[in-house]
Amino acid sequence: MSVVLPEPDQRIVRRRDAIVADLRKLVGPGVIISDADGRRAFETDALTAYRRMPLAVALPTSTEEVSRLLAYCHRHGIKVVARGAGTSLSGGALPAEDALVIGVSRMNRVLEIDYHSRVARLEVGITNLAISEAVKAGGFFYAPDPSSQLACTLAGNIGMNSGGAHCLRYGVTTNNVLGVKMVLMDGEVVEIGGAHLDAPGYDLLGLVIGSEGQFGIVTEATVRILRAAEGARPMLMGFNSPEAAGKCVAAIIGAGIIPVAIEYMDKPAIHVCEAFAKAGYPMDVEALLIIEVEGSEEEIAYLLEVITSLAEPFNPTSMRVSRSAEESAAIWKGRKSAFGAIGRVADYLCMDGTIPLGKLGQVLVSIGQIGDGYGLKVANIFHAGDGNLHPLILYNANDPDEAERAEQAGADILELCVKVGGCLTGEHGVGIEKRDLMRVQYTESDLLQQMRVKTVFDPAWLLNPHKVFPLDGREAAYEALPDAAE
Amino acid sequence: MRPIDDRECARVFLDALAEGTALDLRGSGSKAAAGRPILAQASVSTRGMRGVTLYEPTEMVMSARAGTLLTQIEQDLANRRQMLAFEPVDLANVCGGDAKETTIGSVFATNASGARRILAGAARDHLLGLNGVNGRGEIFKAGGRVMKNVTGVDLCRGLSGSWGTLALITQVTFKVMPVPAETCSLVLLGLADEFAVQALSASLGTPYEVSGAAHVQGSLVKRLWHEGLREQGEAITAIRLENFPKSIAYRKERLKEALKVYGEVYELEHDNSLAFWGEIGQLSPLQDSTAPLWRISTKPTLGAKLVAALGTYMQCHAYYDWGGGLIWVEVPATSDAGAADIRRVVAMHGGHATLIRAPAEVRGAVDVFQPLEPGVEAITRRLKAAFDPHGLLNPGRMYAQF
Repeated sequence: MSVVLPEPDQRIVRRRDAIVADLRKLVGPGVIISDADGRRAFETDALTAYRRMPLAVALPTSTEEVSRLLAYCHRHGIKVVARGAGTSLSGGALPAEDALVIGVSRMNRVLEIDYHSRVARLEVGITNLAISEAVKAGGFFYAPDPSSQLACTLAGNIGMNSGGAHCLRYGVTTNNVLGVKMVLMDGEVVEIGGAHLDAPGYDLLGLVIGSEGQFGIVTEATVRILRAAEGARPMLMGFNSPEAAGKCVAAIIGAGIIPVAIEYMDKPAIHVCEAFAKAGYPMDVEALLIIEVEGSEEEIAYLLEVITSLAEPFNPTSMRVSRSAEESAAIWKGRKSAFGAIGRVADYLCMDGTIPLGKLGQVLVSIGQIGDGYGLKVANIFHAGDGNLHPLILYNANDPDEAERAEQAGADILELCVKVGGCLTGEHGVGIEKRDLMRVQYTESDLLQQMRVKTVFDPAWLLNPHKVFPLDGREAAYEALPDAAE
Repeated sequence: MRPIDDRECARVFLDALAEGTALDLRGSGSKAAAGRPILAQASVSTRGMRGVTLYEPTEMVMSARAGTLLTQIEQDLANRRQMLAFEPVDLANVCGGDAKETTIGSVFATNASGARRILAGAARDHLLGLNGVNGRGEIFKAGGRVMKNVTGVDLCRGLSGSWGTLALITQVTFKVMPVPAETCSLVLLGLADEFAVQALSASLGTPYEVSGAAHVQGSLVKRLWHEGLREQGEAITAIRLENFPKSIAYRKERLKEALKVYGEVYELEHDNSLAFWGEIGQLSPLQDSTAPLWRISTKPTLGAKLVAALGTYMQCHAYYDWGGGLIWVEVPATSDAGAADIRRVVAMHGGHATLIRAPAEVRGAVDVFQPLEPGVEAITRRLKAAFDPHGLLNPGRMYAQF
């Protein structure tokens, strides 16, 4: 595969047994995993093309344990890779042979729910869906809803600033987290933000969220919880062309209506998802929109009526409003399990570029051409309301040549996204996958400023190394900050 | 100095670095009297950089050069029935500045968010991209023009609310939203603070997307411009709904039902509702006064307790926004503007306090921004150094030491 991972530091690897023995003394029984079988469970994440056996794995049960582990690694210059549930599609949790993996999955308690102030405080190993489950009794929910929400952790969501299908209306992780408790690389525990709607001083929370495990290890978070709408209902709209679907979305938003979700699927995606979920998607259309609105029965009926009339000029070939909770669930099941469904028919690389909505038609045509050029099929899923495009490049992982072509096609697609005014990643993060493409979007000066901020939090660059920033040119960030390397 | 683009800004910064002169960065200076007094020899204004450079209503995005007037942006948006959903609250109104001169750059540099923050997010949540020049005279960009973007470190958030101490923002790209077709507010009169906050919490706990939840103490109601409201003479607790007309008609009845345990529920229909929240946005009850003014942010359910505790030390006039989580408090003029007592009470309850209005000598002598915990302060110092290692930009504006 094409992403280069540096040779592990043999001075660390050779001392593995001694390091493991030291680590065991710092934490409770069962926290440190050092046998090969145990470590192998952590050798990759959802970007399975890349695998590395970690030096060791720690699954601590408290902030204090995380602090002791980090302080030790800091003293001995040992790299650390933070991990939630390992669902990263960009290789964000990929280990290294000379790095300790610290997984927070055992720290998954709900610490406090305050419906009156509309916040919940949680340990970040809790899964995304479990947060909503915990506050469901009060009629509330936690808004960001990545497709992997059943498995992914709040920790990973914070690391990657995760979004989801409903962030058109409710925002992404950074808009929904108010405070964190974080352990810095030297073991110091800091509290940033709290239960109030803004934090004092610089927006450190905004910098930490989406920092891909490179600034510290977050152990607790205070999140906003929202009262759930009285009801929600999706409708399906089929179109003969991507352009028509794109223009329809623009017309809806232009008319001042912001549905809670507008999801787009192209024909290949529709067919695979329908086969999997039996959602009743129309099979004879080029483009499908799932548009969901919320409110009371009457409000929903009114909004869907308005949306229907706004869509008419674009000649939808089919329109169907969900008639029951079961039907709605099936419609969403099809969309949310799209990645899994496509995974049943082929291996795939899931891209995550963002584009201005107005470029949708043009970009989809170009993506088709890029796929053709490499002899690969591409299925497209798109959070249309906010421009976040997920082309899924289908390939055979057992064929090295095809895998190589798939990666190249992916890089071409992301460059295209940047060229039309978008970005490399809308919600999956850079990880290792897009590390070497960062210069497509940013100048040296842009990157240097980002790397200096990384150095502020982790002066020795021990946290989640080899990710996010191109490997060359990092020295400038150290040189520029003499004070930081205390 | 009024540089006309990024390059000229960079040149000005490099010259200043060479000469060892610190710079006071500003838009039009409408908030110059907020924050700590800046210790600088020269000032740099963004007013040479004006104009909307991109507006795509159907993609809900606008870009403008930093010196563009907020009034112009709001006019352009209104022409397409759109708005800045975070409803910028303008500190210029309460610290002797001219709010008509407020620039869009300063809105994001101070993360100025108003009543709708509880539903729509803060200014920082709407910032998608920016261009800037750091204290080394380097030009950089962050973010982009699309709604979702997690490519690299989120410098847009990092620069929001940094008061020009990290970099000069020269252009901003931000999310815009449609203007709701209809609005109305439900009002309760004469509630004690504690009950008022309960009523606000109850409202915000409904599925009706309350977009404003404020409580104005009686002493400040008497200063409202709106005659009908002013004449009430007692505390006003207001809850705003915004949506399409059919929805408003439905939701207000449901909400009235939920609120009736707190007292008789009155209604401010469209125009009066707009007038009331317009006043909240301009901090109208706090304008015609020179008494020290604090902005306190806390957990909503603690707001009333915090103000009651303050009341044992000093006579204060308060109004609550954000369902009780944001409190504007006017206190008697003293040598420290009440800082010692306010800091103690805030520490006991949790949250943070910023001194918004006080004579320059007081703002120079006390902590204007919340003093930071040691761990966070260390990060803050290093972050300042990462952008502005020589202390060129707005020295002393936020913290005396750097």
